[in-house]
Amino acid sequence: MGDFAQKWDRFLKYFIEYGGYKRVQEGLKNTLIIAVLGLLFGILIGTLIAAVRVMPKYKRLPRILNGFCSFYVGFFRGTPMVVQLLLFYYVLLPIIGVKISSVQVSVLVFSLNSGAYISEMMRAGIQSVDPGQMEAGRAVGLSFGATMTMIVIPQAIKNILPTLGNEFIALIKETSVVSFVGASDLYVAFNYIGSNSYEFMVPYIVMAMIYIVMVVIITILIKLTEHYFAKSDRRK
Amino acid sequence: MSDTKAVNTTEEDIILKVEGLKKDFDDKHVLNGIDLTVKRGDIICVIGPSGSGKSTFLRCLNCMEDPTAGHIMFDGEDLADMSVDINVHRQNMGMVFQHFNLFNNKTVVQNIMLAPVHTGKKAFRKLKEKSGYKSVAEIKEKAQKEAMELLKRIGLEEKADVYPSTLSGGQKQRVAIVRALAMKPKVILFDEPTSALDPEMVGEVLDLMRDVAKEGMTMIIVTHEMGFAREVANRVLFIDEGKILESGEPAEFFGNPRNARLKDFLSKVL
Ligand SMILES: Nc1ncnc2c1ncn2[C@@H]1O[C@H](COP(=O)(O)OP(=O)(O)OP(=O)(O)O)[C@@H](O)[C@H]1O
Ligand SMILES: [Mg+2]
Repeated sequence: MGDFAQKWDRFLKYFIEYGGYKRVQEGLKNTLIIAVLGLLFGILIGTLIAAVRVMPKYKRLPRILNGFCSFYVGFFRGTPMVVQLLLFYYVLLPIIGVKISSVQVSVLVFSLNSGAYISEMMRAGIQSVDPGQMEAGRAVGLSFGATMTMIVIPQAIKNILPTLGNEFIALIKETSVVSFVGASDLYVAFNYIGSNSYEFMVPYIVMAMIYIVMVVIITILIKLTEHYFAKSDRRK
Repeated sequence: MSDTKAVNTTEEDIILKVEGLKKDFDDKHVLNGIDLTVKRGDIICVIGPSGSGKSTFLRCLNCMEDPTAGHIMFDGEDLADMSVDINVHRQNMGMVFQHFNLFNNKTVVQNIMLAPVHTGKKAFRKLKEKSGYKSVAEIKEKAQKEAMELLKRIGLEEKADVYPSTLSGGQKQRVAIVRALAMKPKVILFDEPTSALDPEMVGEVLDLMRDVAKEGMTMIIVTHEMGFAREVANRVLFIDEGKILESGEPAEFFGNPRNARLKDFLSKVL
């Protein structure tokens, strides 16, 4: 184990004295930005798509929207995240002439990708809400959209909180691919420390620990949120 | 059987006029031409065997189901016409469901305030001061005050801030009824409001409905409570196979039924 102590010292030296922690900080920040924004925008996009998918379909517009949504969900669920990142960064955005940073591209792709997955969860969530809730909303004169936003979706979100939590955890872990388009995340930071110190064991162990700690914290946060949303089940 | 008293009724008294209403589900004919004229203050009870189309009839009136054919004249418009703004008309046509359908994610008082506040806000955004309100806060305040008055009326003001899951069935249905009242509708439709209740809670709900009827509300009630229909209704309809087979004042309807199927039905349920 003396060997390990040596490696640990070497890591600390590169981590603290040579400023490696700054890169880790930066990486952690990017990882969190990409995952959190990806989740939030994903919920927004996913909810919109799910609402379109459960809309009554006898008018023309909902049918067209529905076709578009099927294509969108099919694309983002049918290709790996890395491929999507590369396509957006090196193909799509250059073609349409948009210049944004690699972190911004990552946020965009993560949002679109998680939106596709969340739309499927949200659809299941919406379908698990008693249809009587929608009927009661419509019967007092609320529109489909108003009933969805005020009554059905809040109940759907409550029903799918555990799955949303899993999606967040998956997003956190998947941020490790953003280095493909040059964004510096945790992996890039620890890899940097590793290649400068010629010692990868400790950096990668610490990196794994940071991921685990993040996931544990998120799991606790999900539990707290579930508890908060459960208030409408509680007796008073 | 069409409406016998429609002849000596003035136009203003008529709140709802249904003509030739038909409803198919795919190739299943559920409603086969229903005509009905409803006057202000009418309490109309609808009875009939299971699967005869009573719920479908009621749900066509506010277009929860879109009619296949026919006309539903309400507030000077034909609700069967897909181009009318149905949401506006539904604000004037309340509905009470068999399974209450209170909003689970809202407290009791929020359940009652939700639609009045939402429609008030909408009017305020569109008309500003001309809507009669000075601010959104005022809309909420007024709705809250009225909701609390309604809760007091049914003796549930201490339940204002609890969620529906904590109420008994009878309490839920009474809240659902005042939720409909909060919109100050011209008509309220009831679809078997007491069928999902434990027997000991039926009375409290019927009492409230009786009360609402006395205040002059126009009500169309699908029910299996024959005693209630006989006592409160001024007209009873018998629907079978999607048609009104008999219609009349309760004394005549129950005392001297003419239609053979109605006789048969009454002999089973009375
Ligand atoms: N959404 C629907 N799709 C297909 N068929 C339906 C639908 N709703 C109702 N029906 C059918 O229409 C017929 C009439 O149903 P409805 O619910 O109006 O009967 P009801 O008189 O209210 O019966 P009950 O006393 O049991 O409530 C039934 O045969 C039913 O199966
Ligand atoms: Mg029914």
